[in-house]
Amino acid sequence: MRHLLSAADLDRDQALTILETAAQMHEVQHREVKKLPALRGRTVVNLFFEDSTRTRSSFEIAGKWLSADVINISAKGSSVSKGESLRDTVTTVAAMGIDGMVIRHHASGAPAQVADWIDAVVVNAGDGTHEHPTQALLDAYSISRRIGDLAGKHVVIAGDLTHSRVVRSNLLLLKTLGAQVTLVAPPTLMPSGVAAWSEAAGFATTYDFDAVLPDADAVMMLRVQKERMSGGYFPTPREYTVGYGLTRQRLKLLSPNAVIAHPGPMNRGLEITADAADEARSLILDQVSAGVAVRMSVLYHLLGGAQ
Amino acid sequence: MSESYLIVGADVVGEGRGDLLLQDGGVRRLNSAADAPRDARRIDADGLVALPGLVDLHTHLREPGREDAETIATGSAAAAAGGFTAVLAMANTDPVTDTAEAAERVHELGRQAGLVDVQPVGAVTKALAGEQLAELGLMARSRAQVRVFSDDGKCVHDARLMRRALEYVKAFGGVVSQHAQDPRLAGSEACAHEGELSGRLGLPGWPGVAEEVIVARDVMLARHTGSRVHIAHVSTAGTVEVLRWAKAQGIAVTAEVTPHHLMLPVDKVATFDPTFKVNPPLRPAEDIAALRAALADGTIDAVATDHAPHARHDKEHAFAEAAFGMLGLEQALQVVHTVMVRGGAMGWAAVAAAMSTNPARIAGLDHQGGGLADGAPANLVLFDPSARVTVDRDASRSLSSNNPWHGIALDGAVQATFLRGRATLLDGEVHA
Repeated sequence: MRHLLSAADLDRDQALTILETAAQMHEVQHREVKKLPALRGRTVVNLFFEDSTRTRSSFEIAGKWLSADVINISAKGSSVSKGESLRDTVTTVAAMGIDGMVIRHHASGAPAQVADWIDAVVVNAGDGTHEHPTQALLDAYSISRRIGDLAGKHVVIAGDLTHSRVVRSNLLLLKTLGAQVTLVAPPTLMPSGVAAWSEAAGFATTYDFDAVLPDADAVMMLRVQKERMSGGYFPTPREYTVGYGLTRQRLKLLSPNAVIAHPGPMNRGLEITADAADEARSLILDQVSAGVAVRMSVLYHLLGGAQ
Repeated sequence: MSESYLIVGADVVGEGRGDLLLQDGGVRRLNSAADAPRDARRIDADGLVALPGLVDLHTHLREPGREDAETIATGSAAAAAGGFTAVLAMANTDPVTDTAEAAERVHELGRQAGLVDVQPVGAVTKALAGEQLAELGLMARSRAQVRVFSDDGKCVHDARLMRRALEYVKAFGGVVSQHAQDPRLAGSEACAHEGELSGRLGLPGWPGVAEEVIVARDVMLARHTGSRVHIAHVSTAGTVEVLRWAKAQGIAVTAEVTPHHLMLPVDKVATFDPTFKVNPPLRPAEDIAALRAALADGTIDAVATDHAPHARHDKEHAFAEAAFGMLGLEQALQVVHTVMVRGGAMGWAAVAAAMSTNPARIAGLDHQGGGLADGAPANLVLFDPSARVTVDRDASRSLSSNNPWHGIALDGAVQATFLRGRATLLDGEVHA
């Protein structure tokens, strides 16, 4: 593995190795002195073509705690709006002599294209509605910390699947880790061609959230933007919540041992009620804290002594 | 006095060996090569197929406005190298070809380049904005004698405006070539065939139905108005069904398919390589099979390239943001040979119909598409079906290199092209 462009880049052993290292890194987070020397002398650029608070800061902290030199470049509204090509933008940055490039882009596939153009290691920090592999890793990390090995576990993912990069990476990684996955969404928010895809990839889909909740070991709620109403994806937020939200009533269907994840940002009251977000089974803050550990692990394995 | 050529032993439109004399701009069928004048340059065409010069209903030459991507001269050279003797130059230049003056300028630049007949297509609506009709009649009356009108790149989506355009051009025998794309079903962000792959890749989908609903609407408008309509770059099996029904009703509809939609499947976009980003998008194998069948049985009348050169930097963006389009002029005949003729779906006479006679008729070009009968204008191409050529995008006459067949081996090679008896491609060289 030279880059991390897709969750599909990881086989089971590689994924488990990253998760194990993440656990070690997580310990470091609780030390008084958090720095490790692993990436001393290495330079990582966070090149963000799209706004992001959590992902960018967690990559930045991850790099710094590994002693890398980390530079943040916001390309939003800079060279791109001047008409520079993506290739010119990234080769210019790469020409400064960097070792790693962490890319967030509003268009699907951009990090994969960039990996063909530059010599540095490329990490996909979220591309369009395609993938977000480090999010999937931290989701797997957080869930498995609570419920153990994911092999054979049933993970239900509900929300705006059409526009979610998180679901695509999670499907790939959860499959690699041996979990069963069921996707829940209204037909308008299912990815196109999902019938053929689910058959080929071996996951389930349903429009009936209630039916799958009792059997779930983990429920992952994905953000639904209110603006989707104007695209006709659903009539009103109220109707969405009744059909597909993790409401108080639905919490009762969930096993007491099951966990609730949300990659954020949450739309409380739409896809998830305040009760669900805050209750004991919720992993939501664990996910944020795991984000740094998982990204430290990814940077370490791609850029550090493991090479 | 112009040079004359004696073409010896060509398989003439697949109908058997013959000797052709190209003299004074016309074809003469000789009973014997010995009947040729002594000073005629002899071309040994043993093993080559002679076809009437190809006519492309759909070319983007980018001049005026984007001369860094293509010019009328370089696009004409690519056309000659591909066996074409006429191309219809689409109107979406900068400025748009929406006036008589703009059309005459394109026509004149084509004449100066002297490699193919460059026939401008006029915009249907002013500035391609889809709001008011361009000066269709003035373009028709101009020296360029525009007969084909298209907002290609954009759909004439307003049903009332489309109806008026179809009615209005009847006065001068014009035709509207529709880029069928419902802008609400496939908006400007749509960039890949909507299906399993776009779902997996998270690419904004361009569903086939966005084409089909416009084609269905437009054939009904053509029936209502008694006008003829032409459907550009048909890409789906559903459109083929609509066309088949409409033709059975006697509706005056014609249609074209591109070489890339006949050959390249949607899978090509799996690596996010913007070379394969095109509008309409590459489709799955089922659509490709339906398009091939429709071309073979005549439901689709013509092969048209949608040759769309782009400067490298306009393709080096993220897939969703890169320019739409791919080259086609130089490989069109090779592709049709490879996927249609070699498999036995089409004979050479059908190729001549789809790539010369029919497009010339649709476009109203009287001096093109006339076949290779005695006395016809000497527009022809010699094609070597036994060659096998690995496409090299850097060997192109086009200024651009967004060639989707780069690195792929295609069957056959264009050996020579003649425009009114003059060699525009011979011995590997393009000659003005």
